[in-house]
Amino acid sequence: MIIRNVVRKNFYNDSVSLMLLSSKIGKMAGVKEAAVMMATAHNIEIMERSGLLLPDSKGASPNDMLIAVLAEDEESSAAALEAVDEYFAGGGQGVQAGDELVAKSQTTALGMLPGANLSLISVPGPYAAAEAKKALNNKLHVFLFSDNVTLQEEKELKDIAAAKGLLMMGPDCGTAIINGVGLGFANAVPKGPIGLVAAAGTGLQEVACLITELGGGISQALGTGGRDIKNAIGGTTMLMGLAALARDPATKVIVLVAKPPEENVLGKLNVALQSVNKPVVTCFLGAKGELAGEGVYPVGNLQEAALKAVELSALGADSGADFIISASNVKEIAAAEATCLRTPQRYLRGLYSGGTLCYEALLLVKPHIGNAYSNVSLEPHFLLASPDESKEHTLLDMGDDYFTAGRPHPMIDPSLRVERIRREAADPETAVILLDLVLGHGSHRDPAGALLPAIREGKREATAAGRHLSVVASVCGTSSDPQGLVEQEEKLRTAGVIVMPSNAQAVAMAAAILTSHNKI
Amino acid sequence: MSSPNELFTQPLAVINIGLQIFAEALQVQGVSCVHVDWRPPAGGDADLMAILARLNS
Repeated sequence: MIIRNVVRKNFYNDSVSLMLLSSKIGKMAGVKEAAVMMATAHNIEIMERSGLLLPDSKGASPNDMLIAVLAEDEESSAAALEAVDEYFAGGGQGVQAGDELVAKSQTTALGMLPGANLSLISVPGPYAAAEAKKALNNKLHVFLFSDNVTLQEEKELKDIAAAKGLLMMGPDCGTAIINGVGLGFANAVPKGPIGLVAAAGTGLQEVACLITELGGGISQALGTGGRDIKNAIGGTTMLMGLAALARDPATKVIVLVAKPPEENVLGKLNVALQSVNKPVVTCFLGAKGELAGEGVYPVGNLQEAALKAVELSALGADSGADFIISASNVKEIAAAEATCLRTPQRYLRGLYSGGTLCYEALLLVKPHIGNAYSNVSLEPHFLLASPDESKEHTLLDMGDDYFTAGRPHPMIDPSLRVERIRREAADPETAVILLDLVLGHGSHRDPAGALLPAIREGKREATAAGRHLSVVASVCGTSSDPQGLVEQEEKLRTAGVIVMPSNAQAVAMAAAILTSHNKI
Repeated sequence: MSSPNELFTQPLAVINIGLQIFAEALQVQGVSCVHVDWRPPAGGDADLMAILARLNS
């Protein structure tokens, strides 16, 4: 094996572009591993741990780009480095923006786009707060995708924004839909009378997509970042979003989506709701004490939130009947699957790309098959000792920091999930693999196509070993998304995947298969 | 003072700072967007950044 490092001085490129490039180079013939990263202390540490770093490269600075290749022979490593050169010589694969659309700084950008009203910021965490502050001072609303922003910085940014009447969505805000435009990871949804405020990225996406499937539409969908509902932040963005939607003439029904808000925030929301003259559906996943009162409709999961919102908006009052697969149908499909399973196949293995979808699954499986182990379980006993090893029933959030350090999110690059599907499928105790696919702008161009070979292979090998592997999935997306909801669902079905219309129904199906199997 | 409701009535015009895929997604959606070719300030040198931040404040 040969290790080659190349340092390009003062050559900055964004992390997602570089990670996608790393993934591409890593797949070349004779290349065992490849990493193209900015030489931050964190990235140097990752490379060192992976055995890719040569001693001379340790002195690279965070503004330098570091290319590392582990290859079988000289020829393969030279080909890999040449491919990197070619990539940059061609201007990269990212957006081929004309010169007039690219600025060197926020200030010059403002000069080029005088009507700018929003800044979408996704720079590395340590730099994010400074850029967001600049944007707020320039009177721009902010969508801050970056994570690794401190709680103190978040509080400061949100206080500045509130004083100026600006929306501060994030940090760690994955998605929003403003005036029909998707920001971050966002689905193509039609305009309509339902407004959302969510402290849960894929929670917002799932509710917006299900509303679309049910015949409804979205006025605005605002993200707040997951920590907004903590006492330390005070729900600033959620309260501002709620007030804005209450005043918005295009919004007739409001939906709030989050994990349970902390006590002080819940109190503030209660007070705020008194002056909202529109129905408000509250979906606080796992909440014990809910908001209540006239015009407030607490629901237990994301699908119920969509159904209730559409019903209240009086657009498709009876759409739910066709949308929900009947209990008798679920029982029939589950029983047929269960008869093919062998006795040692006892466990559910959920491999999620959407954090909120994984969290919802943890809550929804519990009444049927008990607690599942997870890397994001709120119950310490069920927190996996190592996310790399599943235990009994396991539901993994593969978008969690553990899996994304130095890698793109699984919604962008499915390779880590593909690998894990293979491993879980090979485990003789695995009965059901449960998956989510999240479509929309920013996501992988063909997630079903990327997962299919591993699913097919897993099923084939299980059959060869005298077992049967059940795979259940739901696709969070719409027909107008670039990947196409129907096309993605059809691809999965061709590989024998049971495709359900929502995450909640996919979880119910997976649980039904296991329950049915245990009765046999 | 601005308000989110004012934003709801305007065509979106976005300054994208960071990942190019988001600028690309906005272009596909036909949104006015300027992408900032962002680099770490002070070449990513933490001490120099702190000095710059003090000078700017």
